[in-house]
Amino acid sequence: MTATPQHTPLYAEHLAAGGKIVDFAGWALPIHYGSQLKEHETVRADAGMFDVSHMTVIDLTGTDSPAYLQRLITNDVRKLGFVGKALYAGMLNAAGGVVDDLIVYLTDWGYRVVVNAATREKDLAWMRQVAADFAVTLTVRDDLSMLAIQGPHARAKVAAARPALADTINSLKVFQGLPVGAWFVARTGYTGEDGLEIMLPDADAPAFWRDLVAAGVAPTGLGARDTLRLEAGMNLYGHDMDDSISPLAAGMGWTVAWDGERDFIGRAALEAERAAGVSMKQVGLVLEGRGVLREGMAVQVAEAAEAGVITSGTFSPTLKHSIAIARVPSSTGDTAQVDLRGTLTTVRVVKLPFVRHGQKVFA
Amino acid sequence: MSHIPADLKFNASHEWVRVNADGSVTVGITDHAQEALGDVVFVELPAVGRVLASGDAAGVVESVKAASDVYSPLDGEVLEINAALESAPESVNTDPYGAAWFFRLQPSNPAQLEAMLSAEAYAQEIGE
Repeated sequence: MTATPQHTPLYAEHLAAGGKIVDFAGWALPIHYGSQLKEHETVRADAGMFDVSHMTVIDLTGTDSPAYLQRLITNDVRKLGFVGKALYAGMLNAAGGVVDDLIVYLTDWGYRVVVNAATREKDLAWMRQVAADFAVTLTVRDDLSMLAIQGPHARAKVAAARPALADTINSLKVFQGLPVGAWFVARTGYTGEDGLEIMLPDADAPAFWRDLVAAGVAPTGLGARDTLRLEAGMNLYGHDMDDSISPLAAGMGWTVAWDGERDFIGRAALEAERAAGVSMKQVGLVLEGRGVLREGMAVQVAEAAEAGVITSGTFSPTLKHSIAIARVPSSTGDTAQVDLRGTLTTVRVVKLPFVRHGQKVFA
Repeated sequence: MSHIPADLKFNASHEWVRVNADGSVTVGITDHAQEALGDVVFVELPAVGRVLASGDAAGVVESVKAASDVYSPLDGEVLEINAALESAPESVNTDPYGAAWFFRLQPSNPAQLEAMLSAEAYAQEIGE
């Protein structure tokens, strides 16, 4: 990591839009452009865009690419039945801890994998180490920028700004992505809303950003990105899971494809964990009174002596009260207690997510 | 650059004080403080009648980002609180020196005002 934060090709656009710049994992990116709450609400009701050019895009080629992924990730790439389909998965270490979460797309050249920015160096080292046993080539696509355009009007506004993309945008079902020339258009996201993630050559990014601004897509910062994904019940690496946390304790059990004997890295550890009984689970916490649940706060439950922990917490702009993602003992029931700045406060335990398509979804 | 009104007194923990005609003082948090906090979502205020010493935690501001204590800048008794902040915490972001005052205090030791920062000194304190 460099001492001076790196700039994405959209840095000048962030400044022009009034972005308040912070250092995020070595990148100078906007936390907001005035009001995080307003940006959040715009994504839920209309369309906002995030510069996610700092994320790491890796293309896989070579005859062993499928076998490599079957070894590397928790999910089964045979689920990718046709070119354009995407799959969410975890990448584990031998002890069954989460090295990172990722999306993999089946492409006509092989696969495209998108991993996090904060984990870039360790991910690449791990992926290269595993690749040594396979006829697979990893190409890091640092020549690409990435924009996430999210919200109920996101697809229509992108199609209006760039008519050449309209046919692809209209053809994609949720969790699919296809190239359009040197661009790659995917109907994916991290907000719980419909929308797109578009990878494009760095040189094309500023003009595309400006066209989207003109089409009424609101620049949206990292702050709203965090509250949107938290409402959507989506994990953030380094907070809700990390190298020491099992996917089974981090709400990622659904990404583990157990069928057959496929020997993915971490499988033996997860099987042992399952046999012994998974001790922790991921839940949502809801505080309907005043105050804000914050990462790191201890969670006490009547059902177990061991405490749980809040892994992400915030004020939900959609629900107007605090919500959190927590890792708690598996026996946890419908309520828990959190020490809120010195006051032991009862919170409700719910199933994630909190919000989908602008609406409250938990009971 | 944040806004720092010349007629107020400040302290390094980012509260401001306005001296009223009746000798009471009004307390709030600075523009610089609200900017650093981000969108404010809850405000907790002290009880009316509570006697505070300078430096006592008198309330809490919770933003989307963090919880932060608000300290009493002076010794004194709480005369009045701005209950409107409970339903409109966002006014801390939009009008920190006006609508978003926190509480009014009857100072028991007005000489403490002399030790507070002028607008100029506060600007220096926050590096502006």
